Amino acid sequence: MALNYDQAVAKYDPTLGLEVHVELNTNSKMFCGCSTEFGAEPNTQTCPVCLGLPGALPVVNGKAIESSILIGLALNCSIAPFSRFARKNYFYPDMPKNFQTSQYDEPICVNGYLDVEIETEDGPKQFRVEIERVHMEEDTGKSLHVGGATGRIHGAEYSLLDYNRAGIPLVEIVTKIVGGTGKYAPEVARAYVTELRDILRSLGVSDVKMEQGSMRCDVNLSLAPIGSGSLGTRSETKNVNSLRSVERAVIGEVIRQANRLEAGERIVQETRHFLEESGQTRPGRSKEQAEDYRYFPEPDLVPVVPDSAWIEELRATLPEKPSNRRKRLQIEWSVPDKEMSSLVNAGLLDVVEETIKLGAEPTRARSWWLGEISRLANEREVDPTSLITPGQVAVVISLIESGELTDKLARQVVEGVVAGEGTPADVITKRGLKVVSDDGALMTAIEAAIAAQPDTALRVRGGNIPAAGALIGAVMKATGGQADAAKVRELLLKHLGQGE
Amino acid sequence: MTSIRSTAAQMAEALSAGTITSVELTQAHYERIGEVDSEVHAFLYLDKEGALAQAAQSDAKRNSGEIQSPLAGVPLALKDLLTQKGIPTTCGSKILEGWRPPYDSTVVAKLKAAGVVILGKTNMDEFAMGSSTENSAYGPTHNPWDLTRIPGGSGGGSAAAVAAFEAPLAIGSDTGGSIRQPAAVTGTVGVKPTYGGVSRFGLIAFSSSLDQAGPCARTVLDAAMLHEVIAGHDEKDSTSINAPVPQVVKAAKKLDVKGMKIGVVKELQGEGFQAGVLERFHDGLDALVSCGAELVEVSCPAFDYALAAYYLIAPSECSSNLARFDSMRYGIRIGDDGVRGAEEVMKLTRHEGFGPEVKRRIILGTYALSSGYYDAYYGSAQKVRTLLMRDFNAAFAKADVLVSPTAPTTAFKIGENVDDPLAMYLNDIATIPVNMAGIGGMSLPCGLAPEDGLPVGFQIMAPAMRDDLMYQVGGALEATLLAKWGAPILDSAPLLAAK
Repeated sequence: MALNYDQAVAKYDPTLGLEVHVELNTNSKMFCGCSTEFGAEPNTQTCPVCLGLPGALPVVNGKAIESSILIGLALNCSIAPFSRFARKNYFYPDMPKNFQTSQYDEPICVNGYLDVEIETEDGPKQFRVEIERVHMEEDTGKSLHVGGATGRIHGAEYSLLDYNRAGIPLVEIVTKIVGGTGKYAPEVARAYVTELRDILRSLGVSDVKMEQGSMRCDVNLSLAPIGSGSLGTRSETKNVNSLRSVERAVIGEVIRQANRLEAGERIVQETRHFLEESGQTRPGRSKEQAEDYRYFPEPDLVPVVPDSAWIEELRATLPEKPSNRRKRLQIEWSVPDKEMSSLVNAGLLDVVEETIKLGAEPTRARSWWLGEISRLANEREVDPTSLITPGQVAVVISLIESGELTDKLARQVVEGVVAGEGTPADVITKRGLKVVSDDGALMTAIEAAIAAQPDTALRVRGGNIPAAGALIGAVMKATGGQADAAKVRELLLKHLGQGE
Repeated sequence: MTSIRSTAAQMAEALSAGTITSVELTQAHYERIGEVDSEVHAFLYLDKEGALAQAAQSDAKRNSGEIQSPLAGVPLALKDLLTQKGIPTTCGSKILEGWRPPYDSTVVAKLKAAGVVILGKTNMDEFAMGSSTENSAYGPTHNPWDLTRIPGGSGGGSAAAVAAFEAPLAIGSDTGGSIRQPAAVTGTVGVKPTYGGVSRFGLIAFSSSLDQAGPCARTVLDAAMLHEVIAGHDEKDSTSINAPVPQVVKAAKKLDVKGMKIGVVKELQGEGFQAGVLERFHDGLDALVSCGAELVEVSCPAFDYALAAYYLIAPSECSSNLARFDSMRYGIRIGDDGVRGAEEVMKLTRHEGFGPEVKRRIILGTYALSSGYYDAYYGSAQKVRTLLMRDFNAAFAKADVLVSPTAPTTAFKIGENVDDPLAMYLNDIATIPVNMAGIGGMSLPCGLAPEDGLPVGFQIMAPAMRDDLMYQVGGALEATLLAKWGAPILDSAPLLAAK
């Protein structure tokens, strides 16, 4: 009888370790001046350095060092007064030099922590995840294996290599062993990665898009019988590419390992791959025949020795902690929990805050960004923030509030801005989208409607207020929807002797 | 009358006086190469068209009155491990056959900017690993003093080209003595600048923490002039020193060593050194004393471990540096039949493309860096490096420069040591400590060994970034010996005189 998750955690205590790789959003690569722009034609963003041509030498990107220090500071780490790069030696066609320039035993940031909050049966509970290290390294190129059944190098007919990604700066953030989570291991893992993502986003050092691979997570997990006080053998699940997958990967591994242990089998120390469809993992290479990377200090680079005054300057620029900011904004805007997490997950907190700062009413600002603008963005498969600026949204909202636009008209204005027709004012002028609020013009339309439906008008005069709907509809139709319906109703009823 | 036997300084003077053009000078050198290089085999590639175009450009600039660098229009031979855009660069290895780099090394960019004419690429031990140029995949270079002997290595091609008057100047690279030992055995001058003094960008790495490019010439002044062209800070090389280049030309012209303290290294004489080598070395010491310098004996006990430590560090770094030669992006590719996988093609290519000495060192280095051995080997070797630096510091507290014979023997016969790597490695016993400590070293001729009539090299070592001191001492020593001999040492080479 296979154990399910609840049965597994009733018998075994999970221990976590999380390794998160983050692509920094520097303009140039880690060791050369090549562009880091995503999605360029293959092998167009390369040079002798990132292609590892004979004779080429690396030079460290100062911005990458700055970003790494910021990350370390935000994670409460100590910044090493002296750190070094090392070479990690192994052969693979997408590694131009057949060694990766990385940091090994002398990383730039060490010994930090991140507090995360999870929901438990006893209410919210804070959990401290200790950080072992933050280190810098370069990304490899990308291989595309063509013609095989599996898309892997074995069995492929041929392989294509794109070195545009080779040398993109990466930061790896490694936790210490995370124990004591009990059955909440999946929630803690997810909360940690979420909080980390939000911190990185607030620092502006990375795009942190898990689906595009600019943030990737490896989940290490082991089980030990509850109360044994020992640590089990761990597996390392690679490239878990969404927050939900982090949670699912932990659950999947807990169940798999518990059932192996129940069956008297041992856990193999190995790399495993997360399968998005099933939530399970499949084995990769076994670490028991572990590769020897023959690390040694990179002789082509000088040690990184950041000035302590500079570190303090950077510390002073650290933004408010995302968890604190979320709590503060949620209270200020009086937003329900669910909507707040929608805003955070959609990455819209900044633009909504900006829109509100520019004078928009909080509820409207939230609903425009989460509603219409997100809908348009989904249609186009782009980021909502790329479609329209907070300033433009604030203008549209203020026009609604002043009655110059109806919600319907405002949607057309936003659509126009998104379609590239210019500012809201431009769209309003070009499309002629003003609310008809001129009483004279409205009265002409009202009189025409009454003349066309004399019977309906008579019923309204007789006190049948709901019958006015047909007349209002006719006026709205005649004005092309640009009239303020409330205003029309008011004028119509007054004209027919029903006003107050 | 300027001839190919003139010094580079004389050629530069004649060019600026207008008694010869760079095109004429360049052509004269190609003629000489045509006459002797079938026997010497100093060159792997001649870029006649490019060199003559450079020469013509230099002449045109001179005619239009444009101020050029002192060496503008003077020809030079380039060791085949520095990239020159569009020109085949092999490092003496089969694995790079046919590769034309898409970029200039910083040294080449500086040479081009100075108007120096690059005649071609010179032969070398494969990836600079060797002391005889016998490890070239393209056949050995022969010593112009005796064609049956080695010209030293790894830069045997550069030294032989200069000795045989195929070029007045050459660029070499020195990881454990590859500029100085060839200079010693060919009767020429060779300088390894302070580590970081000359950019390594575009110098194909053997051992990154030891490699340094430097000048090869027939006189100390010529070497100094070339040194000033190629030295200086380079943003593309993180290990390049950001400080003014020492004024080596001025130092070479001083010819004054009065009151200078010359430290004679106790550990670099005696056992293992050929009697005639020591005899001529002492002639050099006497010459310095006659100029008013003071000799002091210094002891550097850690030198005894330098060779062993070098053969851990250099192979370790080379095992990583040479990993990139995998047939994927450049160079030869063996066994790509559409059936074999990438890993197998890499293996076959490396098997075919690397020679035995390179393989030996890759295996040594891979082993030394392996988990479990790292501390005992690479780690200990780094500690020896620290000890060597301490020894040098202590010695430089007592003396302005240190001196020793450059190599323990004169040129040996081709084939004599090929089956005995250790005997071959011992050739670098006196030059290796300089690289391990990152300081500067020079070799200049101090006479012919009486037993074989072959040139002996005198090594001068100076503190880091005090390259000027070795030029000062070298310049004075050279002038004193020249006055004693009455003619440059290369004039006594029978083969060279005959040609």
